[in-house]
Amino acid sequence: MLFPFPKRPAEPKRVVVTGAGIVTALGLGWKANAEGFRAGKTAFRPVTLFDVSRQRCRIAAEIDLPAEFPKGRLSERTQRRLTRASRMLLQAALEAWNRAGWESADRLPIVLGTTGCGAEAGESFFRNAVENSNARRGQATKSVIYQGQRQAQDLAEALGSNGPITIISNACASGSNAIGHAWELVRSGQSERVIAGGYDALGQLVYAGFDSLQALSPAPCRPFDAARSGLTLGEGAAILTLESLEHARARNAEILGEIIGYGACTDVHHLTQPHPQGDAALNAMIDACARAKINANEINYVNAHGTGTVLNDSSEAIAMQRWRGESVKSLRVSSTKASVGHLLGAAGAVEAVVCLMALRGQWLPPELCVENPDPACAFELVRAPMDEPVEIALSNSFGFGGANASLIFRRAP
Amino acid sequence: MSRVFVHGSGAVSPAGWGTSALMKALDESAALPTQELSGAGKTFRVRNAPTPSPRPACLAHPRLRRVSAISQYATAAAFEALGDLRKPEHRLGIVVGVHAASIRYSERFYGDVLRDPATAPPVLFPETVINAPASHLAASLGSTHITYSVLGDQTAFVQALLIGAGWLADDRADIVLVIGAEETDWTVSASANLFSRDVICAEGAGALCLMREPSSIELESISDPALFSGRQKREPAAKQIASEFLPGVTNDLLCDGITGSHRWDAAESTAWREWAGARLSPKRILGEGLSAATAWQFVAAAERLRAQKHPAAVISAIGSNQQAIAGRLRFNEQN
Repeated sequence: MLFPFPKRPAEPKRVVVTGAGIVTALGLGWKANAEGFRAGKTAFRPVTLFDVSRQRCRIAAEIDLPAEFPKGRLSERTQRRLTRASRMLLQAALEAWNRAGWESADRLPIVLGTTGCGAEAGESFFRNAVENSNARRGQATKSVIYQGQRQAQDLAEALGSNGPITIISNACASGSNAIGHAWELVRSGQSERVIAGGYDALGQLVYAGFDSLQALSPAPCRPFDAARSGLTLGEGAAILTLESLEHARARNAEILGEIIGYGACTDVHHLTQPHPQGDAALNAMIDACARAKINANEINYVNAHGTGTVLNDSSEAIAMQRWRGESVKSLRVSSTKASVGHLLGAAGAVEAVVCLMALRGQWLPPELCVENPDPACAFELVRAPMDEPVEIALSNSFGFGGANASLIFRRAP
Repeated sequence: MSRVFVHGSGAVSPAGWGTSALMKALDESAALPTQELSGAGKTFRVRNAPTPSPRPACLAHPRLRRVSAISQYATAAAFEALGDLRKPEHRLGIVVGVHAASIRYSERFYGDVLRDPATAPPVLFPETVINAPASHLAASLGSTHITYSVLGDQTAFVQALLIGAGWLADDRADIVLVIGAEETDWTVSASANLFSRDVICAEGAGALCLMREPSSIELESISDPALFSGRQKREPAAKQIASEFLPGVTNDLLCDGITGSHRWDAAESTAWREWAGARLSPKRILGEGLSAATAWQFVAAAERLRAQKHPAAVISAIGSNQQAIAGRLRFNEQN
């Protein structure tokens, strides 16, 4: 039975990350991405996945997916039906799985964040139906593989998992919410281990949607720059394996880092615009710190939501100033969307992995693109590659609909 | 052990706006009339929620002026479930389970993009985002606490229920609204008809208000899920779930997801064949409302228990392509 829940432990369990996988336009896997983020590389190029010739903006951080990809226990039939989103998810998840050294997926909960699901299949279903009302060939498959649960089921099949699937779609905070929810499952003793993260592939509807809002930048995004002109979309996936510290130690697992806090709240100011003073962002960071039982001043680095839009970055900068007060000056901040764009449902998960990379490597990812920081940035914006001691890092993710989430990571115990 | 109680329920369905309209239709036990819905050169039979007259007061918030139908349904059902239970000091959590989500605006917006992306209307795009209904509801309630939108097949509502129960157990919230909501659109019907030609899609929302404090209805259990896969088809998965509750007690209620479409229902019908108690099949009357329909099942079961017609109710959710799962509510005599 999933409910009633097992008796909660007297003290919440400590939750560690023992595996991580990542796919972005910087490359496939931890190593390629760590090198890219550390150096502040960028991965933007003209969109090739769909026609953007009639749109204002025409660039994104697209991924070159190799023909070969990890398949785990997937049947031949499922392999033939995978969407681009599923392939990214599998790539990241199987990397995390292998690094964790887990052997059984029996009853393993899967918690994923996404916004677009298998977008290209849904778009193709629609186009076929509109162009030919009698079209049936392939339509049933497309209508199923488009759905968010299908990508999670692909992952479950690849791992041989029969555990519960939870898919959180909280816009651009989805990946952070998924990891935060997984953290709560382990912390509360509901599950000893959970695989969690986020994924999103570029899709025509979403690209055109952000373009219609004039939220996209014609040039690569420049988060927190005074002359920023919008965000740049990207695609990818990142997956973490979470388990209790005692479980990880009992099997002598390599620990990549510890998740110590998660805060989530809702910004009711506007459907697509953050509160100008960053009220919800502030509350998410405060909530995460309270649950981590740390003071805001103990955080060395913030991986900001930092989309590059005028409204988000100023709101987030103000929230950080309100959160840290005078000590904000010593807080180091960067947005890795400057390297790989905004990955929507995958963003929080990718940025969680970047935080783990920084904690393990003791470096901070720079934004080489910033020429003049926005005056609202009272913090120290990381603008050049930097080796630096980092003990605790916080990652912010804020989404349409006012979904706000903050995760806090600590260097491996 | 943490206990979770149902304090309120709400519904918008083809039977009308409100739980009383839902229960009246179920008590009368006659399938509601259908409407025709056209798209992409085809016509489908659906059951729409009627236009409310007058417009409910809970839809007066400026954010709800131009929103898609699903946001209105979710908001109305949630407000009804919440009633006057919320106190100023309450931390209110919101979880919305959806399957097709804001499909009407998605279909309209993508159609515009295909015609000419340069002129696609920006006002539509934000409403296509899956968590738009949850966002509008939170804004209408002025709730800045935690809000999730959960995706899945018909079982998304059960997953949402589990998340809400977890927030209460972990003291993340004092009161949680769990909602299942959907809206009809030709793309949904076209997709469903590829699997069963006689399934009738429906729209609306159902909501439960959960708290830790005892009430007359307790959420007693939620089963483990039985995932569908290449290795486990729908029928054995449904049987696995049913076996945890069979044969049932004579007075207990099984609130199932039978729609009246033979092909669509086959797995669920077979799985619960041995059920010994009473049965209620809301989808036969209302239609296949996806995650909203599962919410209607829970609402109907809770209302039947509240009326003391049964001591307990099992709610069966056999999804179309993800999983089978079930929950059990019981009447709490001590309250």
